[in-house]
Amino acid sequence: MLHKTQKLKETPSQTAGPYVAIGMAPNVARFADIKGVFPEDLGTHVIGPDTPGERITVVIRLIDGDGVPASDAMIETWQADASGKYVAFGETRADGFTGFGRRAMTDERNEFVIETVKPGRVPGPDGRPMAPHLLLWIVARGINIGLQSRLYFEDEPHANAEDFVLNKILNPARRPTLIARKDGGSPTRYVLDIHLQGPHETVFFDV
Amino acid sequence: MSDVILPGGEGRLFQRDRDWHPPGFTPQYKSTFFRSPKHPLLAIGQTASELSGPTFGHSLIGPLDNDLIRNYAQDGGEAMGQRMFVYGQVLDENARPVPKTLVEFWQANAAGRYRHKREGYTAPLDPNFGGCGRCLTDENGFYSFRTIKPGAYPWPNNGNDWRPAHIHFSIFGHSFAQRLISQMYFEGDPMIWQCPIVGTIPDKSAIDQLIARLDRENTTPMDALAYRFDIVLRGRRSTMFENKMEGN
Ligand SMILES: [Fe+3]
Repeated sequence: MLHKTQKLKETPSQTAGPYVAIGMAPNVARFADIKGVFPEDLGTHVIGPDTPGERITVVIRLIDGDGVPASDAMIETWQADASGKYVAFGETRADGFTGFGRRAMTDERNEFVIETVKPGRVPGPDGRPMAPHLLLWIVARGINIGLQSRLYFEDEPHANAEDFVLNKILNPARRPTLIARKDGGSPTRYVLDIHLQGPHETVFFDV
Repeated sequence: MSDVILPGGEGRLFQRDRDWHPPGFTPQYKSTFFRSPKHPLLAIGQTASELSGPTFGHSLIGPLDNDLIRNYAQDGGEAMGQRMFVYGQVLDENARPVPKTLVEFWQANAAGRYRHKREGYTAPLDPNFGGCGRCLTDENGFYSFRTIKPGAYPWPNNGNDWRPAHIHFSIFGHSFAQRLISQMYFEGDPMIWQCPIVGTIPDKSAIDQLIARLDRENTTPMDALAYRFDIVLRGRRSTMFENKMEGN
């Protein structure tokens, strides 16, 4: 069955600009503090109180090529539930799981912080399970088109070793740029530093 | 422009045409200097992770979410400025409507001032204008909102650069790999062609895709102009079960 499709061109991307918080996190007092339009910012809650799974905290920092934390960025995460199932389009989960997180850099430490559950393993293109991961989407002033990446977990060494995406990274020294480390303070807190440039430049994807 | 479907490729999104989008590093827009990755992007195709995406229902949307003239207004007031409706259709590259997808928008007020703590422009805030809104597309992929025309504003890129009047857009689609943020400009604005951010897009016909058209037929007499702005998201290859994929 061969037939022609693709009649239109995708709308070209433009930077989200320095004021992305007005549109995507208007309630954040540090930036916009636009109260009353939306009851809460989209993506505030990834899970509900009844969502099954191991509770974790994910912390992401974004560092530019000059070594400066990007304080005006917006990051989104998308993930499967603890059993490796995505919320289907149009589906509402009774347990409050949405799988979607969004934050502007809300605090003075310029950290993205979400409370979620550790995702289960999802089948990859060959049917073999991928390692637990979150999808990342990053926009900011100076980023002309949203950057796509993934966050994996340090304490999944066997799953990570057979993950097809991590194995596509030919230089093994760059694989750790996607792997969140357990923070010294808490066994359920994972931290990932995303470097936009430099010797530790994060691996970004064309998906 | 056209793409031939080969067996085995069903259901995947078309490859993104990166030459149609702005490249990461564009020296005339100085902020890209330290924020554009230097390594090439790694092509990984799409899995269930990239092909699925967040879902938002009508319970999310408040009655004034798509009325920027009133959704921040105090005590029955209204935002100042040139009143207008902005509307359009969200389509995919196959020209199929994208229904029930979330469209978000944000903008400066009529004087070109953003309601933001780090804004450095001297123009005044409008006490009745917040600057953000959102809506879901209908069954045919249409969105619409009411607002005031944003003013042009200066920014320090080269010391005295000015942005043309614009509205920022964020669109989800049905797959996380369709996620897109862009900006809408206004037909006939000479400032479009001197803007370093517009100029990050190499192809003039791609820029043209970001320019909303004045729609005289749909203006509301004695109230508001109408501008039409259609948005195209990445399309998916057909599957053997075309009807099932529809609206997926
Ligand atoms: Fe702007």
